[in-house]
Amino acid sequence: MSENRRIKVLVCKPGLDGHDRGAKVIARALRDAGMEVIYTGIHQTPDDVVNTVIQEDPDAVILSILSGAHNALCPMIMEKLKEKDIDDVLVAVGGIIPDEDKPFLEKHGLKGFQGPGTELKEIVEFVKTNLKR
Amino acid sequence: MGFEALIDRLLKGDTRAAARLITIAENDIGAAEEIINSIYKHTGKAYILGITGAPGSGKSTLISTLTNIFVKEGKKVGIICVDPTSPLTGGALLGDRIRMKKHFTTDNVFIRSMANRGQLGGLARATEDAIKILDVYGCDIVIIETVGVGQSEVDIFRPAQSVLVLLVPGMGDDIQAIKAGIMEITDIFVVNKMDLPGADRKVSDITQMLELSMSFKYDYENLNQDHAIVHKWTPKIVKLNSKTGENFDNLLEIINEHKAFLKETGVIENYRLNRIKNETLQILKHKLTRKVEGLIHSNPQIDEYIRLVMDKSMDPYSMANLIIKLLGIE
Amino acid sequence: MRQFAGFGTAAQTNERYKFLLEHGQTGLSVAFSLHTIYGYEADNEYALGEVGKEGVSIDTLKDMETLFDSIDLSKISTSMTINAPAAILLAMYIVTAEKQGHSPDLLRGTIQNDILKEYIAQKSWIFPPEESMRLIIDTIEYCTQHVPQWYTVSISGYHIREAGSTAVQELAFTLADGFAYVEAAMERGLNVDDFAPRLSFFFNAHNNFFEELCKYRAARRIWAKRMKNKYGAKKPESLRLRFHTQTAGVSLTAQEPENNIVRVTLQGLAAVLGGTQSLHTNSFDEALCLPTEKAVKIALRTQQIIANESGVADTVDPLAGSYYVESLTNRMEEEAEAYFFKIEELGGVIPAIKANFFQKEIANASYKYQQEIEKNERIVVGVNDFQLREACSTPLLKIDDQVSKVQIDLLNKIRKNRDNEMVKAKLEKLKIAAQGSENLMPYIMDTVREYASIGEIISTLKEVFGTYDEDSIF
Ligand code: B12
Ligand SMILES: Nc1nc2c(ncn2[C@@H]2O[C@H](COP(=O)(O)OP(=O)(O)OP(=O)(O)O)[C@@H](O)[C@H]2O)c(=O)[nH]1
Ligand SMILES: [Mg+2]
Repeated sequence: MSENRRIKVLVCKPGLDGHDRGAKVIARALRDAGMEVIYTGIHQTPDDVVNTVIQEDPDAVILSILSGAHNALCPMIMEKLKEKDIDDVLVAVGGIIPDEDKPFLEKHGLKGFQGPGTELKEIVEFVKTNLKR
Repeated sequence: MGFEALIDRLLKGDTRAAARLITIAENDIGAAEEIINSIYKHTGKAYILGITGAPGSGKSTLISTLTNIFVKEGKKVGIICVDPTSPLTGGALLGDRIRMKKHFTTDNVFIRSMANRGQLGGLARATEDAIKILDVYGCDIVIIETVGVGQSEVDIFRPAQSVLVLLVPGMGDDIQAIKAGIMEITDIFVVNKMDLPGADRKVSDITQMLELSMSFKYDYENLNQDHAIVHKWTPKIVKLNSKTGENFDNLLEIINEHKAFLKETGVIENYRLNRIKNETLQILKHKLTRKVEGLIHSNPQIDEYIRLVMDKSMDPYSMANLIIKLLGIE
Repeated sequence: MRQFAGFGTAAQTNERYKFLLEHGQTGLSVAFSLHTIYGYEADNEYALGEVGKEGVSIDTLKDMETLFDSIDLSKISTSMTINAPAAILLAMYIVTAEKQGHSPDLLRGTIQNDILKEYIAQKSWIFPPEESMRLIIDTIEYCTQHVPQWYTVSISGYHIREAGSTAVQELAFTLADGFAYVEAAMERGLNVDDFAPRLSFFFNAHNNFFEELCKYRAARRIWAKRMKNKYGAKKPESLRLRFHTQTAGVSLTAQEPENNIVRVTLQGLAAVLGGTQSLHTNSFDEALCLPTEKAVKIALRTQQIIANESGVADTVDPLAGSYYVESLTNRMEEEAEAYFFKIEELGGVIPAIKANFFQKEIANASYKYQQEIEKNERIVVGVNDFQLREACSTPLLKIDDQVSKVQIDLLNKIRKNRDNEMVKAKLEKLKIAAQGSENLMPYIMDTVREYASIGEIISTLKEVFGTYDEDSIF
């Protein structure tokens, strides 16, 4: 049923983290790869993120976190999504994510974990191959 | 494939169902047809407001401020923002939502960003479907922000009951754009960014332009002669600061005045008639185009014709007539 | 030489400070937790997961007292990396010294206090630009009168560059910010020679060796000329551009992190040859986490080697007269002037911020930079070339999530034990003053003395000043 299907992606900066250089670059790269991209801007609470996901119905959510708050924010976002029965959206986090946090985040259903130096085409590929619908 | 379950939920005001149905309508025109088919009878409750104007004129900011007011009045608001798709990559940056942060977590505001996916005229193909979905979802008001490329964004007149056109102080080119076709569809002119120098000047420019002009939205074709004379709406002009909310009480007054005008004069009936006509036309265009495209690529008869045209044994007009015959819709 | 430090609670950081001072450091540099940077209390919804993560968590005067417990504030110089709520933290610092028995004129240090680059690059603003500017000028005025040894604004190009600007943009936007502060302070009625010597700059040292060192040379020239010709400064110290430099964090890679030591060395060298007064060399684990002790030590050693072994610091402007250096300096100066012209056309720095001018320029430049790397037009050794992937084995410094609980308990205790009536009264006075045009520093100090929290003070000011939402472009 995908006569005119485009991949729609939400790029988010949760928490107080102001490091937006990477998020903006990723947003542009996804656009240039033919996707429809919404960038939420900085300072998104978990509720903000979930609300936007509900209304915009994206195929993927890119959480970019460099502040170290991922372990607190990501599980909360996942839980709130679950509460709303949202399970067909790819939710990925990247930025500065130490290796030892990955199993914990994976357990909560997150993917990705790419960090500094990741090529943009790798991120595009990652999104394309990990979609859930 | 059926969408009964989703539509059931939509009718109960389920937000996710509304969102998903819009996605489906965006991606698949066949599915859109099915959806509209089952929900059409429930549409018609929402008041539909169209906002157009040059890029950066403040459309999103205005919508944000206006929505704040509507929400305080206890209304449920749907917002659809259309942004351009890049013709080169097919991708799009949907940047309007970010201006409307304040409403993010309220249950009574539903914001949806849409890429126009190459459709001209300021809306996406599925915008009108989305409006209907939000109408059925329970929005009292649906606000549409057009692409904002400046010119020829006239499609908004189809779904919208009231059309706001934004201009900003300074540069005269927006006036030119209006003369080139937007004026006929405008109900309210907004001189936004009144805090910048030159706002009054802009107001008088518009006034002057209106005085010189004869053709307004409601005195054309379908209105019978009496209506045209008695019920003429001269576009109103209002200065605003969308960032601070200054003068928004004026704007609301004018909007209400326009709503009342539509209702009391019966012009609303006319609007509905036109809307159905134009929308059907739009759908037909779409369907026919797809049919013709299908035909051209698959029918060997047409390859014949093309060869004839190449040999100069036939001209393209004649070929087109033959194709119309093939379609059986002469 | 000082290292940037701050993590966890004030008590934890205080331990670190005492350790550093015992080992010969004479200055302290405070990094604050993100919730403090934005003026939220540790138990605010927004502070979730952030408390103590990226710097020390400060809520009230009590935390500041703990932070400098058993440290004589008249003997050290302190640098505080804080911007939007800078006036409050400065007030806390002054009051802490007061409680130690020191008068403000003895205090030495720097507060970043550069709000313009927040809107442009770092994104940690609170109030709208005009109101923020008022607070900056309040601190400049207050320090000029009462804390004369304090450096009032550290006008920062570092963040602008790290957000993705080019070298010329860093140069131009930073100096434009500097001039905006000068103009605003003069508008307040201050004499340029009274405050200008207490302004300093903070630049980035990126990869392109000559471009970087010419950037500093161009900056000095432009500053001196304008200060003299446009603002009528007379004192030589007003014309002198003092600057601190930090090597480019963004240039450091997570892949093969040891290579970063070499990058930092070259960048540091450019800064020294370009005449920097002080230098921060980044740690090689920059792209992985907050720096570990070992990485910090190597970074420190790197600058000591440059300073003491290489001999490059012995001569002032040793590359002057080189054909390439002089022509590149001239060109960068011209390109910066072209930017000044554009900014002027937009109506000045604040209108240009609101029109997204800087933000757009930077976003475009950073996307271009990234694309150049991907197309291999810009080589990053170990990332897109000569690549050797290996698992990260560097030990990381982690801040545990307990910190948040401890900090919130502390805060609750203070809320219970202080005189809440007094707090309310002082906040009310601050609010009334904010509605007028008086200098707010004395009022802020009064609220701080009563242990009003940073969150309460900021909320009070928000009621008068409002907040600011960025028109984010991307
Ligand atoms: C640039 C930078 C800044 C700039 C930010 C400018 C801006 N507007 O973005 C400035 C100078 C302002 C800054 C400030 C601070 N910074 Co800083 N900063 C960096 C730095 C050097 C580079 C980040 C960057 O932009 N890289 C370039 C972009 C393109 O890459 P990226 O963001 O990593 O994104 C790439 C990948 O990670 C990946 N990716 C990112 N997100 C996602 C998501 C998904 C799903 C996927 C698939 C991929 C992906 O794709 C991108 C393309 O490759 C890093 C260290 C480093 N080298 O990484 C520190 C760093 C992030 N900063 C740090 C700190 C502590 C701060 C401050 C708190 C310091 C302070 N106390 O004052 C402040 C806080 C500012 C704030 N408001 O939040 C720490 C964080 C520590 C931690 N998490 O444990 C770091 C790691 C440095 C360090 N080692 O200490 N910083
Ligand atoms: N000074 C002033 N600025 C305004 C006003 N309204 C909007 N703006 C600013 O104008 C800029 C553009 O506003 P938007 O609301 O994004 O404009 P838009 O028409 O939706 O833009 P596009 O969707 O990109 O076409 C932003 O920086 C707004 O803050 C106003 O009344 N006064
Ligand atoms: Mg818009």
